[in-house]
Amino acid sequence: MTPFLSPDALALTFAALMAASILAYVVLDGFDLGVGLLLPTTADVAQRDRMVASIGPFWDANETWLVLGVGLLLVAFPVAHGMVLTALYMPVALMLVGLILRGVAFEFRAKAAGPLDKRRWDAAFAGGSALAALTQGWMLGRYVLGFDPSAGALLFAALSAMGVAGAYAFIGACWLIWRTEGDLQKQAVAWARRTLWVVGLGIVGVSLATPLASPRILARWFEMPNLLLLAPLPLATTALVIGLHALLKHMPLPGDALKRVPFWAAVALFCLSFAGLAWSFFPYIVPEQLTLFQAASAPESLTIILVGALFVLPVILAYTVLAWRIFGGKAMDLRYD
Amino acid sequence: MDALLLARIQFAANISFHILFPTITIALGWVLLFFKLRFNATRNEAWMDAYRFWVKVFALSFALGVVSGITMSFQFGTNWPGFMEKVGNVAGPLLAYEVLTAFFLEATFLGIMLFGFRRVPNWVHTTATVLVAFGTTMSAFWILVLNSWMHTPAGHELRDGIVHAVDWFAIVFNPSLPYRLAHMLIASGLTCAFLIAGLSAWRWLRGDRGDAVRVALRTGVVMAAVLAPTQLVVGDMHGLNTLEHQPAKVAAMEGNWETRGHVPLVLFAIPDEAARTNHFEIAIPSGASLILTHRADGVVPGLNEFEGKHPPVAPVFYAFRIMVGTGMLMIAMGLAGAFFLWRRGELPRLLLRGFAVMTFAGWVATLAGWYVTEIGRQPWLVTGVLTTADAVGPVPAGSVGTTLAMYLIIYALLLAAYVGTLYRLAAKGKVAEAVPGNQPVPPTGGGPLPQGA
Ligand code: HDD
Ligand code: HEM
Ligand code: HEM
Repeated sequence: MTPFLSPDALALTFAALMAASILAYVVLDGFDLGVGLLLPTTADVAQRDRMVASIGPFWDANETWLVLGVGLLLVAFPVAHGMVLTALYMPVALMLVGLILRGVAFEFRAKAAGPLDKRRWDAAFAGGSALAALTQGWMLGRYVLGFDPSAGALLFAALSAMGVAGAYAFIGACWLIWRTEGDLQKQAVAWARRTLWVVGLGIVGVSLATPLASPRILARWFEMPNLLLLAPLPLATTALVIGLHALLKHMPLPGDALKRVPFWAAVALFCLSFAGLAWSFFPYIVPEQLTLFQAASAPESLTIILVGALFVLPVILAYTVLAWRIFGGKAMDLRYD
Repeated sequence: MDALLLARIQFAANISFHILFPTITIALGWVLLFFKLRFNATRNEAWMDAYRFWVKVFALSFALGVVSGITMSFQFGTNWPGFMEKVGNVAGPLLAYEVLTAFFLEATFLGIMLFGFRRVPNWVHTTATVLVAFGTTMSAFWILVLNSWMHTPAGHELRDGIVHAVDWFAIVFNPSLPYRLAHMLIASGLTCAFLIAGLSAWRWLRGDRGDAVRVALRTGVVMAAVLAPTQLVVGDMHGLNTLEHQPAKVAAMEGNWETRGHVPLVLFAIPDEAARTNHFEIAIPSGASLILTHRADGVVPGLNEFEGKHPPVAPVFYAFRIMVGTGMLMIAMGLAGAFFLWRRGELPRLLLRGFAVMTFAGWVATLAGWYVTEIGRQPWLVTGVLTTADAVGPVPAGSVGTTLAMYLIIYALLLAAYVGTLYRLAAKGKVAEAVPGNQPVPPTGGGPLPQGA
C-alpha cells in the first residue's frame, strides 16, 4: 500500500498509539493487579469473592492492552523490541509467570474443590499480581536509567518496583471504593490512604532521578521557557495528591457521594506521571541509544497497520464503554448463567 | 546445551502448551452458540444446561489460552529478534491484525458472554456469543496466515537482505493457507467433539444420565462422525500441496529415501538417518506413489535428493504416523457412534468407554500435526528466506535454560489442574442439577440493563 503519511509522521503516530496502549494498560490492569495485591489483607472469604468479582468481567480486556502495546512495539519498532526485551529478559519472564498465575487463578479459584484449594488459588492470585506489579516497576526503573548496570541503578530499580506496586495498590483501592460497599468499602478507603503516600514518594523519586541521571533530560525540564510551560504538570500532580489526601479522610461520604472521584483522580495522576516520562524520553525509544525514527519499520508496512487500526480502535473504544455500562454499579456475585 | 537449541525447545514448549487451549476454544465457541440457538428455538432446558456446563469449560480454557498467548507475544522479541528484523515488514502487520481484529473482540465480549446472562437481554447475550466465536476464529485465521506464509512465502521481495511486502493479497492467500486453515479448523472441531463426547460418556458411565448429558454426547458423536472423514480428505489435499512446495518435508513424512516410482506406503519403520535407510519396514507396495501422484508408477522425490538440506527425519516420520493413526481411530469411533445413535438411539458400553478414553485424543493429533509441519520446515524458519539459526537472539544459554525450567514446571502444574478441574466439574454436574436451589433461569433471560456505570 502506498503510504499517505511521511515516514516521520508515521513513526510519530505509532509511537503515540503505542504510548496510549501502554498507558491504558497501566491504568486498567493497574487496578486489577492492585486488587490482587490487596487480596491477602483480608481473610474473609466473602470479601475476597467480592474483590475478585469486581474485576472479573474486565481483567481480560484490560490485559489485552499489554498485548497491543507490546505488539505495536514489535511490529512498528522491531529493532527496539529486540533490544528492550533482551535487556529485560529475566524480569519479562518473571512478569509473564506472574500474569499466568493471576490469570488462571480467576478461573481455578471459582471452581476450587474446597476451602483449602481455594486459599491456594487465592495465594496464586495475590502472588501473581505482586510478581507482575513488582517486575513491571523494576523494568520501568531499568528503562528510565537506560539499562545502566551499576549497583545504584539496580537499587533505583528496586525502589521503582516498590513504587509501582504501591501505585497499583492505590488505584486498586480507589476502584474498590467505587465498586464495593459496607465494610469492604471502608477497608478500601483505609488502604487508599496508606498507599497514597507511596505514590507521592514514587513520583518524587522518579522525577528527581531522571534529570540527575541525564543532562539531556535536565535541560529539557529546567531550561527557559520549558520550565514555565511545564510547571502545570508538577503543580497539578501536587494538587491532586493533596486533594486526594483530604477527600479520603472523609470517605465514605453519606449517600456514597463522590464514590467515583478517587478512582478518576488516580487515573489523572497516572496520566500526568506518564506525560512527564514521555516528555523526558521523547524522541528516544531506547533511552539515549535509539530514537523512534531510527527504529521504525518500513512505511508501507506501517501504513497497512494504520489503516486497520483506524477502523478498529473506535470500535474497541465503543464496546469498552458498552461493557463498562453493562457491568457498572457495585460488584455482584459473578455467575456463569 | 547451546542457546539456539534451548531457545528452540523453549519456543516449542510454549507454543505447544498454548495451542492446546485455542484448539478447544475456537470450536467450542461455535458449539456453545449451537447450544444457545437450540435453546432459543426449542426452549428445552437440556440445551441450556449443556450450555451452562460447557461455558465453564470454555472460560477455563480461554483463560489458559490467554495467559499462554501473552507469553507467545513476548517470545518473538526475546528468543527470535532476527525474525522480526528480517521479515518484520510482513510478519508485523499480520500479527497486528490478529491483535486488532480478534483479541479485543474476544476479550471484551467474553465478559458479556460469561457473566452477562442476567444483565443483558437474551439477544445481546446471543450476539456476544456469536462475536466471541467469530473472534477466536479470526484470531486463528490471522496467525495461520503468518504461519502459512512462513511455510510458503509469496508476495514479497528482498531489498538489502530485508523482506518487503509487495502484494498483500498474495501474502495473505499464500499457497498453503487454504489447506492449513481448513485442516486446523477441523482439527479444532475434532478436538472439541472428542472432548465433549468423552466427558459426556464418562458422566453417562457414572450414572449421570440427565438430558443435558444426552444432548451433549449426541452433539459430540455427530460432530466426530462428520468431521473425521472430512479431515482425511483435507489432510490428503494438504499433503499434495506440501509435495508441490516443500517436497523434502513430504519425503521425511513418508520415510522415502530415493527419488523413484512405485514408492511404497510405509506403515511402520525405524528411519536411520546415518545409514540413510529404514529398518523393520512394513509397507504397502506403491501406496505412497498412488496417494501422492494418483499413479502406481508415479515418481516421488526422496530424501537423498536434499542431502544436508532436509529436516530431521525420525520426528517428522513418527509424528505423522501418530496424527494419521489418531485420525483413523477417530473416523472409526465417529462412524460407529453415529451408527448406534441412528439404529438404537444410544451407545453400547464398550463404545462409551472408548469415547471416554479418547477424551483428549484431539490434543495428541493436533500436537503431532504441528510437529510434522514445523519440524518438517527445518532448517528454514521462513522457507528459502531465513534459517532458524539466523534468527536466534543474543540471550545467554543460562537465562534461557532457567526460564525454560520455570515455564515447564508451571505448565505441568497448570495442565494437571486443568484436567483435574474438568473432571471435578463433570462429577459435580450431577449433584448441581439435582440441588433445588439451582433452578433454571426463566427463558426470557436476563434482567433489565442496570442504570449507568
Ligand atoms: C490456530 C490458532 C492459534 C495459533 C496457532 C496461535 N494462537 Fe494465540 N490464540 C488463539 C489462537 C491461536 C485464540 C483462539 O484466539 C486464543 C486462544 C484462547 C484465547 O483466549 O484466544 C489465543 C490467545 C492468544 C493471546 C492472548 C490474547 C488475549 O489476551 O485475548 C496471544 C497474545 C496470542 N494468542 C498470541 C499468539 C502467538 C504470538 C502465536 C504464534 C506464535 C499464537 N498465538 C498461536
Ligand atoms: C500452534 C501450533 C504450533 C505448534 C504446536 C508449533 C510447534 C513448533 C515446534 C515443535 C517447533 C520446533 C521445530 C524445531 O525447532 O525443530 C516450532 C518452530 C517454530 N514455529 Fe511453530 N508451532 C505452532 C504454530 C506456529 C505459529 C502460528 C507460528 C508463527 C506465527 C510459529 C512459528 C514458529 C517459529 C518462529 C519456529 C522456529 C523456532 C524453532 O525452530 O523452534 N509456529 N513450532
Ligand atoms: C486423517 C488423516 C490426516 C491426514 C492425511 C493429515 C495430513 C496432514 C498433513 C499432510 C500435514 C502437514 C502439512 C504440512 O505440510 O505442513 C498435517 C498437519 C497437521 N495436522 Fe493432519 N492429517 C490427518 C489427520 C489429522 C487430525 C485427526 C488432526 C487433529 C485432530 C490433525 C491436525 C493437524 C495439525 C494441527 C497440523 C498442523 C497444521 C497444518 O499444517 O495444517 N490432522 N496433516
